[in-house]
Amino acid sequence: MEVASGKSEKSLSDEKLINEFTDSEYKWGFVTDIESDDFAKGLSEDVVRKISAIKKEPEWMTEYRVKAYKHWLTLKEPKWPNVKYPEIDFQDIRYYSAPKKQPQLESLDEVDPELLRTFEKLGIPIEEQKKFANVAVDAVFDSVSVKTTFQATLKEKGIIFSPLSEALKEHPELVKEYFGSVVPYTDNFYASLNAAVFSEGSFVYIPKGVRCPMELSTYFRINAMDTGQFERTLVIADEGAYVSYLEGCTAPMRDNNQLHAAVVELVAKKDAEIKYSTVQNWYPGDKDGKGGIYNFVTKRGVCDGDNSKISWTQVETGSAITWKYPSTILKGDNSVGEFYSVAVTNNFQQADTGTKMIHLGKNTKSTIVSKGISAGRSNNSYRGLVKIGKNADGARNYSQCDSMLMSDKCGAHTFPYLEIDNNNSTVEHEATTSKVSEDQIFYLNQRGISTEDAVNLIVNGFCKEVFKQLPMEFAVEATKLLALSLEGSVG
Amino acid sequence: MISIKNLKAEIDNKEILRGLDLQVNAGEVHAIMGPNGSGKSTLANVLTGNENYEVTGGEVTFNGKNLLNLAPEDRARERLFLGFQYPVEIPGVSNAIFLQTAINEIRKYNNQEEITPKEFLDRMKEKAKVVGMDSSLISRSVNTGFSGGEKKKNEIFQLLMLNPKLAILDETDSGLDIDALRIVSQGVNEFKNKDNAVILVTHYQRLLDYIIPDFIHVLYNGKIIKSGGKELALELEEKGYDWITKGEK
Ligand SMILES: Nc1ncnc2c1ncn2[C@@H]1O[C@H](COP(=O)(O)OP(=O)(O)OP(=O)(O)O)[C@@H](O)[C@H]1O
Ligand SMILES: [Mg+2]
Repeated sequence: MEVASGKSEKSLSDEKLINEFTDSEYKWGFVTDIESDDFAKGLSEDVVRKISAIKKEPEWMTEYRVKAYKHWLTLKEPKWPNVKYPEIDFQDIRYYSAPKKQPQLESLDEVDPELLRTFEKLGIPIEEQKKFANVAVDAVFDSVSVKTTFQATLKEKGIIFSPLSEALKEHPELVKEYFGSVVPYTDNFYASLNAAVFSEGSFVYIPKGVRCPMELSTYFRINAMDTGQFERTLVIADEGAYVSYLEGCTAPMRDNNQLHAAVVELVAKKDAEIKYSTVQNWYPGDKDGKGGIYNFVTKRGVCDGDNSKISWTQVETGSAITWKYPSTILKGDNSVGEFYSVAVTNNFQQADTGTKMIHLGKNTKSTIVSKGISAGRSNNSYRGLVKIGKNADGARNYSQCDSMLMSDKCGAHTFPYLEIDNNNSTVEHEATTSKVSEDQIFYLNQRGISTEDAVNLIVNGFCKEVFKQLPMEFAVEATKLLALSLEGSVG
Repeated sequence: MISIKNLKAEIDNKEILRGLDLQVNAGEVHAIMGPNGSGKSTLANVLTGNENYEVTGGEVTFNGKNLLNLAPEDRARERLFLGFQYPVEIPGVSNAIFLQTAINEIRKYNNQEEITPKEFLDRMKEKAKVVGMDSSLISRSVNTGFSGGEKKKNEIFQLLMLNPKLAILDETDSGLDIDALRIVSQGVNEFKNKDNAVILVTHYQRLLDYIIPDFIHVLYNGKIIKSGGKELALELEEKGYDWITKGEK
């Protein structure tokens, strides 16, 4: 374990600079004024059953939720992440909120125009425009899906891309087979809570031998006050299939913290590949650390068949607290797991993020590239586990964890864990900590580049290996987002 | 071009420049020589606005503007260039992106249009050839993993790409092998014309065989204590600095 803290005489300790521009505006912080059907605050078996009833779920799902809820009652909130926050009162949260006018899946005409404007403002294409012909979108607003685009086009290829609630009605057998198979409701405190109260999410199924012809993406928007968002994503790539999936998220600026506890499950069969990219931009709180989203997420994929591949790419710039470890179980022989991450924390944000690579099959391979950027008074931890099982002959892992410090008051921490039960395997770990140095900035200044742009160049350079994993459009988005979240953070 | 009057500067409360005067006109090449620690790099840093140094007196006029009032990036945009004695590595930022950004920032400041990608690429190819830089070095991250000599070549490559009015080259010749020295000098000579000027900081006469200076100045203890024509370099090479510095201080 290594711990580095932001103390160095090379830092740009100029207080003036810090104060001059610490505010970076959160552009997505508006609230949509819309009538909604909300549950009263509070959680009970009754609430769990009510969510299931309102979604008209099959009996087995209701029972699954109730089992999860009962199990959750026996669990304690985990305290091991390197983050600090006041006790969460789970009775003070609303577990369901939906816009009153129920969305019509066939046509946008039925959708509340206020909602359409919201997604337009967020730049999310929920109409099937030519310009976005290579991206299909499922737009989730609080607890329900508003619109899923290009469903018909995808259906021609046998691809299912729909809100989970719809999939439960139309493909109950598929959902039943895989739901909870990668992240069981007993997995952890928040996964358990999610299994009890999840309200919406996306379901993706790519049939055998099909390459999904466009990017699939889900966009999550929290709007309602005091409401938790508990979505659930399930992606299945059958034998030889390929899919690239992206999720994005934003929330209004509010003074109190809001909880987001999602579960994502991926299943890659023999020769299949899933690329899962996240651009996480939940409201991070203001510059004094007030408000912001608690992002407590469980993401896991299983490389079920031989030669399968799962690749996680995440750009985490938002949330007051982020707590997530997208993981891959490498069960099939020759299967490949990748994790590319950029986590940025500014002001009072805290992130404890990383991955787990569980090597079970022979000749399995994993790559971990983690870039942590800390600014302001934030705290950024990488936590990763590489486990090589006793049958994983020839398994290989390469991990690289780089931290960059932008101020004297922030912290970067690395917690790599290794569990190796097979001698015929290789594990490599590299870690670096650097600072944006005055010398680098002056060098760029001397070539006519302003300090703000210099910092962006340097930070983007630092993240390059991760950004190049993202689909083109999103890489551009991510670059902009990074610039925004670090605006004026040189200090 | 640049007029420096009675310039005084300190770092960490230690006075380094103690009243320096220098006048450089368009079309001229000036060489500044002087023992280690005499303040040559300090002068270069002060002129280009490195904030580690504090100016405590004097005036500098550059193209009619008060240079000392400008931010470092604006000095660069006014077309003042420093070839660094120790170029910095910037991992992950390609030379191409870096130079394109720099050129466009300078153009924007001077109300010029952005460089087109084609114009930029053509220019890169042409200038890389002049300094004998491999195209792989251009696509690589700025100075990252470059050898000492490659870093110096990259400074001259940037000089040619940015085409400033005044170039201060701080020991661009140190660490170069004989061939590289010749190539780098060619680069500087290619840059030089009647409308721009060069200040060369060097320890060695041999650079001045390739780049012929109009004036040579000896900087000692934060002041210019002797100026002369190019023959002064030969004299210094032969006799060292003692004969001039005696009686100073
Ligand atoms: N950060 C600093 N703190 C204190 N003194 C400094 C600092 N930086 C430079 N100096 C001093 O300033 C003086 C001038 O340094 P400068 O680098 O300008 O010399 P130079 O003429 O370029 O020398 P060289 O020929 O070795 O490159 C030196 O005595 C040096 O030690
Ligand atoms: Mg020097």
